[in-house]
Amino acid sequence: MSDTSFVRTEMLAEQDPPPTSVGVIGWLRANLFPNWWNAVLTVLCLAAIWYVLSGLLGWTLRSVWTAGSLSECREVMIATWGSTHGHACWGVINDRWLQLLFGFYPPELYYRPILALLLLIAALAPVLFADKVSPRFLYVTAAYPFLMPWLMWGGSIWTPVGVAAGFAVAYLVGRAPRGAVPGLVLGILSAIVWWMAWFGFPVQAEVLAAGLGEGLAAISPDTAPFWLETVESRKFGGFMLSVMIGVVAIGCSLPLGILLALGRQSNMLIVKAICVGFIEFIRGVPLITLLFVASTLLNIFLPPGTNFDIILRVMIMVTLFAAAYMAEVIRGGLAGLPTGQYEGADSLGLNYWQAQRLIIMPQALKISIPGIVSTFIGIFKDTTLVSIIALLDPLGLSNSIRADTDWNGIYWELFAFIALLFFIACFGMSRYSMYLERKLKTEND
Amino acid sequence: MTDPPRESFRLSMLIYDTRYRSLTIQVVALFAFMLLVAWIISNTVQNLASLGKEVEFGFFSEPASYDINQRLLDYTSRDTHLRASFVGLLNTLVVAVLGCITATIVGVLVGVARLSRNWLIARIMTVYVEMFRNVPVLLWIVFAMAILIESLPSPRAFRGENATQSLILNDSVAITNRGVYVPEALFSRSLGDVRLFGESSLRFDVSLDLIAIIAVLAASIFAFRRIRNWAERVQNETGNRPTTWYFQVAVLVVPIFVLLAALGFHLGKPELKGFNFAGGTHLRNSLIALWIALSLYTAAFIAEIVRGGILAISKGQTEAAGSLGLRPNRIMSLVILPQALRVIIPPLISNYLNLTKNSSLAIAVGYLDITGTLGGITLNQTGRELECLLLLMLIYLCISLTISVFMNIYNKRVALVER
Repeated sequence: MSDTSFVRTEMLAEQDPPPTSVGVIGWLRANLFPNWWNAVLTVLCLAAIWYVLSGLLGWTLRSVWTAGSLSECREVMIATWGSTHGHACWGVINDRWLQLLFGFYPPELYYRPILALLLLIAALAPVLFADKVSPRFLYVTAAYPFLMPWLMWGGSIWTPVGVAAGFAVAYLVGRAPRGAVPGLVLGILSAIVWWMAWFGFPVQAEVLAAGLGEGLAAISPDTAPFWLETVESRKFGGFMLSVMIGVVAIGCSLPLGILLALGRQSNMLIVKAICVGFIEFIRGVPLITLLFVASTLLNIFLPPGTNFDIILRVMIMVTLFAAAYMAEVIRGGLAGLPTGQYEGADSLGLNYWQAQRLIIMPQALKISIPGIVSTFIGIFKDTTLVSIIALLDPLGLSNSIRADTDWNGIYWELFAFIALLFFIACFGMSRYSMYLERKLKTEND
Repeated sequence: MTDPPRESFRLSMLIYDTRYRSLTIQVVALFAFMLLVAWIISNTVQNLASLGKEVEFGFFSEPASYDINQRLLDYTSRDTHLRASFVGLLNTLVVAVLGCITATIVGVLVGVARLSRNWLIARIMTVYVEMFRNVPVLLWIVFAMAILIESLPSPRAFRGENATQSLILNDSVAITNRGVYVPEALFSRSLGDVRLFGESSLRFDVSLDLIAIIAVLAASIFAFRRIRNWAERVQNETGNRPTTWYFQVAVLVVPIFVLLAALGFHLGKPELKGFNFAGGTHLRNSLIALWIALSLYTAAFIAEIVRGGILAISKGQTEAAGSLGLRPNRIMSLVILPQALRVIIPPLISNYLNLTKNSSLAIAVGYLDITGTLGGITLNQTGRELECLLLLMLIYLCISLTISVFMNIYNKRVALVER
């Protein structure tokens, strides 16, 4: 009698998955054609991509690179392809890229903005990549706010040195008394006295300082050591202007925003009211109205006869604008901290500023990194608004290039170039913030 | 045992004693703030005196003598500056409302599409979002304007026997490089208009036809909901839901059609007369460019908010709802969306606010909104910078604060009630 039942005694070998669910085919089936309507969508998308890319790539690549004017461009296009349609004329970028980058800055002095940019990178490196760059670069960071204006506007080095020395005096005097408040007050007062002494008697200061430097007295400003040829503000322009306004606004708005956020969180009623009023006012009006204020009203608000630089006025307004938004972002971070952190800091016996510096801010700022960086990006993009009050940022320059008879009627190439510059800068910032978030992420959260 | 030292107030305690220090700081801050304000005011008074100007708003009743070509209300260049500013304010609100609606629709679609299982669609939407978020909105606005002017056909192309272009959508919409012409609603037996505020600069014509339509629609919706509630009550009592859908549809549709027929509703289509189109409503390039650019730009931000809101709801919620036996669309509408909306709405409203503020960039394409009228031409013609700019900021502040008030009310309503 044969036993027909069958009992398997050993395990079957593992089989490969069906070929339609692995590899390229499997990926395609899972991600592009999971069901019929997704398949239809995929095909439609492919068609759209093909349509856009074929037009765009053809326009970008089959293009004219060397031409002195739009009509010359069109002649070349007719000669090469028989039509002017669907071909870019990059000749305008080739012709004017220096202008789009530097505005009307004197060409023989281009090394100065370039040097300022390199120094900016050196100054930012220890801040942005603290674990990879030697902290010795922090000296560059400290010196940069004083070096940059000198490099860009030129003039005597004793001006930035005097300003910087004022801060040093404030620091040294502020350390002397006991307690934060009197130190702060004394420091600020001494700095003001220092600056009045330095700039109130510029001739003496210059002679004195030059005497120190050269060992000689009575040197005219033009031949003073480290004298840089002055460049007027109306020659500033292009991407350089956007970066300058952006960097100043970003750099100044973070500390200002932290102070405003702390003021808003504080339990001192009057301080809180002032901060809330300032923040809500600035956030309630568009930047363009603040720029109008900078261009027309700020001179009315200041003592009669003051007439300071339009770029400086714009920088102040953009900084105030950015600071209000920054304050709200940081307030969000502060609100996100559990009360236990504040109580813990108190129980350690830390005073207000120690607690903020050692316990609260490191955590609050870490939470608010995405918001801070998106505010930075927003501010950098908003620098284009200065073209409306007739400063020559890239957009303003694109209008003035178009006003030239050579390039009358050229749009897309200029827009594409400007958009690309902004895209690279802003996209870079957003990627950096993601990197920073990953780096600062700790196990517990 | 010694007594504790007697408390005696010394002047230095104002600085070193934490109990009094905050008082000192506040007094100093208030004093400094008032000093700053006084300094600014005194400077302003001095500067205005030396310029021979006074702060007064009399210029508002002078004739504006400039034209506003895109407007909702009647306006001629003989009207006053106040009228011009009012028309400008309405223009701001028009583009803000239009922009918010389209930005929401596009943003929600893109945000959901970014979460799509279809790899290609998700990637395309990512490219869209990154492209719009990382390029200044002003560039998008002038770019949209350039596209409209440079690449659309001129009205001439619609003319003659062998016209190269024709009207679309049943001969009713003309898209030209001078703007878009769409049909307008006309009533042959119109009820007429009611003029508010007499003949003053704020005069405002309200169409009675529109009011009648809105009233009838509101009544229909009210009746619709009453019927649904009644059906629900019957279902709760008896267990059987009465069939009411045909009745509900009739309540919604019939009254409005009767009203439109009674008013003699018809569309006034744009027609080519001479070199340009006549009839219909003319939406100018400036409005369209601003509208498209602001919508697409803001939509990219809204898409990220929507995506974040949906991702913020943990997967356990979906699984729990599924284990209760809910079907996928009920899970979405009953469990996921109500929770996601709590995350989505506050940043959404702040994006509406940004869109409204960005609409002030209209000045770059020549759309005369409140910035273009009050802060632009009126300011330049009258030379009253202080009055114009302060008023302009005040108006924007009012708009912003109104929106924030609504946001706070909403936040209170949806806030989690904690035990």
